[in-house]
Amino acid sequence: MSMTSLFAITPWPAVSAAILLILLVAALYFARDTAHQAIQASASTLARGLRLAAHSVTHAQERLAARNRQVLLAAGREAKERIVEREFVRVGDTVRKDLAGYPDMHRRLSESIQRIAEDQEKAIEVPPDVPGWAEAVKVVAELDARNAGADILADIHKSMVKAHAEAINDYRKASAERHALLRRMMPDWRLIQDTLGRVNRSITSVLDRSQAIDRHMEEYEAIVRGEDRALAVLSSSSIVYFFVSALVLAVATAGTAVNFTLIARPMAEMVGGTNFIGAFRTADIAALVIIMVEISMGLFLMESLRITRLFPVIGALSDKMRTRMVITTFLILLLMACIEAGLAYMREVLLLDEMATNALLRGEEAGSIVNTHLWITTAAQMGMGFVLPFALVFVAIPLETFVHSLRTVVGLTGIALLQVLALLLRLLGNASRHLGALAQRAYDLPLFVPLWIESRKRAAAHDAARPRGKSDASALREART
Amino acid sequence: MRCPRLLLLLGLVLAACTPPGAHNTGIYLLVDTSGSYNRQVRKAEQITLYALSRLQSADSIAVARIDTGSFTEKDIIAKATFDDRPSTANQQKRAFASHVEKFIDQSTPAPYTDITGGLLQAIEFLNEKHPARKEILILSDMKEDLAKGYVRDLPLDFRGFDVVALNVTKLRADNFDPRLYLTRLDEWRARVEKGGGRWRVINDLDHLDGLL
Repeated sequence: MSMTSLFAITPWPAVSAAILLILLVAALYFARDTAHQAIQASASTLARGLRLAAHSVTHAQERLAARNRQVLLAAGREAKERIVEREFVRVGDTVRKDLAGYPDMHRRLSESIQRIAEDQEKAIEVPPDVPGWAEAVKVVAELDARNAGADILADIHKSMVKAHAEAINDYRKASAERHALLRRMMPDWRLIQDTLGRVNRSITSVLDRSQAIDRHMEEYEAIVRGEDRALAVLSSSSIVYFFVSALVLAVATAGTAVNFTLIARPMAEMVGGTNFIGAFRTADIAALVIIMVEISMGLFLMESLRITRLFPVIGALSDKMRTRMVITTFLILLLMACIEAGLAYMREVLLLDEMATNALLRGEEAGSIVNTHLWITTAAQMGMGFVLPFALVFVAIPLETFVHSLRTVVGLTGIALLQVLALLLRLLGNASRHLGALAQRAYDLPLFVPLWIESRKRAAAHDAARPRGKSDASALREART
Repeated sequence: MRCPRLLLLLGLVLAACTPPGAHNTGIYLLVDTSGSYNRQVRKAEQITLYALSRLQSADSIAVARIDTGSFTEKDIIAKATFDDRPSTANQQKRAFASHVEKFIDQSTPAPYTDITGGLLQAIEFLNEKHPARKEILILSDMKEDLAKGYVRDLPLDFRGFDVVALNVTKLRADNFDPRLYLTRLDEWRARVEKGGGRWRVINDLDHLDGLL
């Protein structure tokens, strides 16, 4: 039934429209309670569903947070164990080094001290002998004989002067010997000083290390206890490591691109320039494979050297086997580097050939412009071709950091996303409840006339009921009084 | 869990083993050596060198002359399919250029012009090579002049071909009545397009950038 036919129920469309409107409003008015219930039920159901979903997402977020916490703590614990282990190894090395030399040091110190003691014994100052003439002079001086005493005294004086001179000489000689002995002590003193200085340095180093170990152990204990502070530190460190390692990996990727450019063209000479695997040239894929093999060898080399710990199997190998792996991977890398250098040289040769052909096709004299410094670029290309494989070896270190920190960062991102999702779901739940109320009001909007009449009728009924209620109240008051 | 992984692996292997589509180009240059056009033959060298500079490994090229009866392999002056290895391809290009140069130096005018025969030969040659892109270049005034007894009124299958008329010079009669020239070009266009090919005319040989 079209709108035109609806408007044609009376000869006057306006009247038809009015009748239809009245009928519609009446229908809506009579269905009002049911419609309100339906709207209310729908809004409540939707709100409950969204709230349930929000709870579920919050629960998932909590589980993810707990898992992320465990991962972080485990990673932090492992890292701290490695650090403490390394510190202990250093302390062990220091102690072993010093204790190994301790008997020798003790012997040298004892000898030096003994020598010093002997020299000191020898260097004791012997007081000069008291002249024996003093008593004799006294006796002679008490004699009565005049001239005889004077002569004797003169002789005594002469002898005393002579003895004094001799004593002075002896004293000087003895002093010189003592000084010589003291001078001989100097190297021993220095030896003792140096030895004690070394001991002091070793002890200070051990003390420093022990303090560092104490600090690391405190942090380790905090991690084991699962303290929030330790977790926050680990989390922020992990994010920093993630971005730094991503930056270094980006640089390494650029290096890989340069490496690829160096060897892709000459690879076409080896595997053909027109073969395709899928949408990619076989030569490009071959060049990429070579670079990937180099990176893999670098990973194995780093793993064998125990610098990285991406493959526990390699780390668990015996030292002999690991040494073999180090040698093998290094030789393969060396071979690859030599091949790359050769390919880089081949690239230059091919470029020159192509330039010559193009010059000929352009009608120019081939080789009319000869660059005398071309060997520099050739050498640079060969050098890069040789060095880049070894440079790519170190990609293993940021790669390991990236892989480890990625877990944490992905976990943190997931937590943040789930939090936002839960918030959105909660907001939508509340919004759906309010939208239900709004829909009820919107439903009532076209029904304002019957609703107004209804409210007037209700008011009138209320007014009619109020006087009777009022008289009942006054009768009750009178009864009380 | 294992099954989808196996399927993915299988898909990757199959994708890698799928025979790749051809990426190469085939070019056939027809050089008009008739009396009215022989003076322009020198320009064939320029076009050949340009084409050689744009071609890569595994591409094919042939240069043939248009003379009295052009539907024959004898009219092919030089042909080559470049090697996979770029260095060998460069050597081939140099040899090809030298060969074409020698031909141009020794070219003699032909009494008749069998363009249709040359086109038939070009179609046959390029179809044998199966290149991804097939181009027939015609260095001619496009005025066909058949000797008695040569039947060339036959439909040509140009599907997948780009036919480019180069340096279509105006004849003396065209100067008197330009409609002759325009009609001639329109007829060739209609013939190529009817055969399923694409038709182009490039008269400015200094701007061959859009050619390949």
